[in-house]
Amino acid sequence: MNATWSRFNIVSIVLGFAFLYLPIVLLVVFSFNESKLVTVWGGFSTKWYVSLFHNQGLMDATWVTARVGVISATVATVLGTLAALTLTRYTRFRGRLLFSGMVFAPLVMPEVITGLSLLLLFVAVGFDRGFLTVTLAHTTLTMCFVAVVVQSRLITFDRSLEEAAMDLGAPPVRTFFQITLPVIMPAIVSGWMLAFTLSLDDLVIASFTSGPGATTLPMKIYSQVRLGVTPEINAACTILIAIVAVGVIIASLANKRREVQRQRDEQAAQRG
Amino acid sequence: MSAVTAATSSSASAAGKSALARLGAALVSRLVIIIPYLWLLFFFLVPFIIVFKISLSQTAIAMPPYTPVLDFRDGVSGVVAWFGALNFDNYIWLTQDALYFNAYVTSVIVAAISTVLTLVIGYPIAYGMARAPATIRPTLLMLVILPFWTSFLIRVYAWIGILKPEGLLNELLLATGIISHRLIILNTYTAIFIGIVYSYLPFMVLPLYSALEKMDNSLIEAAKDLGCPPTSAFWKITFPLSLPGVIAGCLLVFIPAVGEFVIPDLLGGSQTLMIGRTLWSEFFGNRDWPVSSAVAVILLLLLIVPIMLFQRAQARAQEQDL
Repeated sequence: MNATWSRFNIVSIVLGFAFLYLPIVLLVVFSFNESKLVTVWGGFSTKWYVSLFHNQGLMDATWVTARVGVISATVATVLGTLAALTLTRYTRFRGRLLFSGMVFAPLVMPEVITGLSLLLLFVAVGFDRGFLTVTLAHTTLTMCFVAVVVQSRLITFDRSLEEAAMDLGAPPVRTFFQITLPVIMPAIVSGWMLAFTLSLDDLVIASFTSGPGATTLPMKIYSQVRLGVTPEINAACTILIAIVAVGVIIASLANKRREVQRQRDEQAAQRG
Repeated sequence: MSAVTAATSSSASAAGKSALARLGAALVSRLVIIIPYLWLLFFFLVPFIIVFKISLSQTAIAMPPYTPVLDFRDGVSGVVAWFGALNFDNYIWLTQDALYFNAYVTSVIVAAISTVLTLVIGYPIAYGMARAPATIRPTLLMLVILPFWTSFLIRVYAWIGILKPEGLLNELLLATGIISHRLIILNTYTAIFIGIVYSYLPFMVLPLYSALEKMDNSLIEAAKDLGCPPTSAFWKITFPLSLPGVIAGCLLVFIPAVGEFVIPDLLGGSQTLMIGRTLWSEFFGNRDWPVSSAVAVILLLLLIVPIMLFQRAQARAQEQDL
C-alpha cells in the first residue's frame, strides 16, 4: 500500500508505540531509584544492582536459565529447521496434516495445558523433574517457533540455485550444506534467538516441568513479585531487557552487513 | 581400447556412486521428516493422551498422586488395564461445582472482550504503519516486534507499579486534578483487559499489517473517484480485504488469552476468576492432578475449534506463498 500518511495515521502510531514502550521505560527508570518505594523518586542510585549481585538465589537461577536457554534453543533450532524443511519440501506424505497441526498448535496452545501435559508425560515415563525436563519442554515449545521462522524464509527461497548445484553434480546433502544452509542462515539465527528468548522468558511451563535445584530466573522473579514490587526486581528485569536489546541490535547489524555484502557481490557479478 | 574400458568403468562407478547417493538422499529425506515427527509425537501428542487418561483417574495420596498408575513392567496388558480403569468422577465433579463453570465462561468472555479491544487499538496502528513511507516501514515493524523480545513476565510486572492504588497512574491523575480520589484498577477485570491488550498487541498488529501492506491503494482511489466517501470506502474495501489479517490476529490473541495464567494472577488477583489460574491452583495448591487434568481437557475441547481454524488459516497462507 502506498498512500498519503494522514495526521490520524501518525497520531495512532505515536500513541500505540507510547503504550507499548512507556511501561518498560518506567520500569527501567525506577530500577535506578534511590527510594525503596517504586512510585516515589528518591534520587539516582545503582544500589539495587549491587544488592542484586549479592543475591545468591537469583544468581543461581540466572545460571540455570542461561544453560536451559542455550541447550534448548540449539536443539530446537536443529529440530525446527528439519520441521520447516519437511513442511516446505515434502508436500505429500502420510500424516502431513497431523504434522503441520503439531507444529502450529503449540504456538497458540495455552501454556498451562502444555506445561501440565509435559509434566504428566515425564512422571509417566519416570523422568526425575529437574534441569533435563525443563530443557526438553522448552525444546518442544520453541522448535515450533523456529519452524515457522525458517519456513517463511524457505518459502521465498529460489530453488533454481539448488537445481544448478545438483546439475553440476553436487549430491543433495552437500547441496544442502553449501547452498541451502548459507541462504537460510539469517532465518536460522533469528530462530535460535527467538527460541532462546522464549526459553529465557517462560514461567508457566518451567514451573510445571522443573524440579528441585532447577529454579529458573522467571520462577524466581515470579515468587518475589508475588511478595510485592521492589526496585531489586526492577533492576533484574532491566538487566534482562538490556541483554535481549544488545542481542537484537547485534543480530540486526550483522544482518545489515550481510545484506550490504550480498548487494556488493551481486553488483560484482553483474559487472562480470 | 584401454581408454574405453577406463571410461566405461569410471562411468559405471559413477553410476554406482550416484545410485548410492540417491539411496543416501532418500534416507536423509526420510530422517528430515522422521526426527521432528517423532519428537512432536512423543513430546506433544502423547502427553495429551496421558492428560486425558489421568483426567479419568482417581486422586490418591501418593506420588504420583493418582491411581491407577501406568506400569510399563506389565507390558501391553498393563497398558490395556490402565486404559480400562476409567472413572468419570472428575468430570461429574466439574459440572457440579459452579466455580469451574463460571471460570470457563468468564475466561471466554474476558478473552473475547480483550480480543475486540486489541483489534480496535491494533487496527489504527497497523493501518498507519501500512500507509507510512516505505523507507520507515522496516523501522516501525522492528519497533512493534521489539517488545515481544522482552520478557512477558516483566511486561506484565511493569503494569503493577502503574496500576496499583498508590501507583504512577493514580499519582498522575491526582496531580493533574482529573480525579479526586484514587482509582482501584489493580486486582480487577479492567487490569486483566489492560494486561492482555498490552501483551498481545504485537500479535494483532503484525498479521493486520501484512494484510494491509499488500493491499493495492488504487482500489481506494478508484472508490474515491467514483464518489465513495472515505468511511464507506474503508468499510467496503479496506476492511474486507484485510479480513484474513483480522482473523489471524484475533485467533492469535483469543486462544492463548482464554488459558492465560500470568496476567490474571499478577494483575487480576484473587477477586477475579479465570480458568488458567484455576488449573494452576488446582495443581499446585490442592495437588489434585486428576481434576486439573480434567480442567485441561475441557479447556482444550473449548479451544479445539479456534485452534483448528488457526491451523487451517496458517496452512492456507503457506500454500498461497508456495
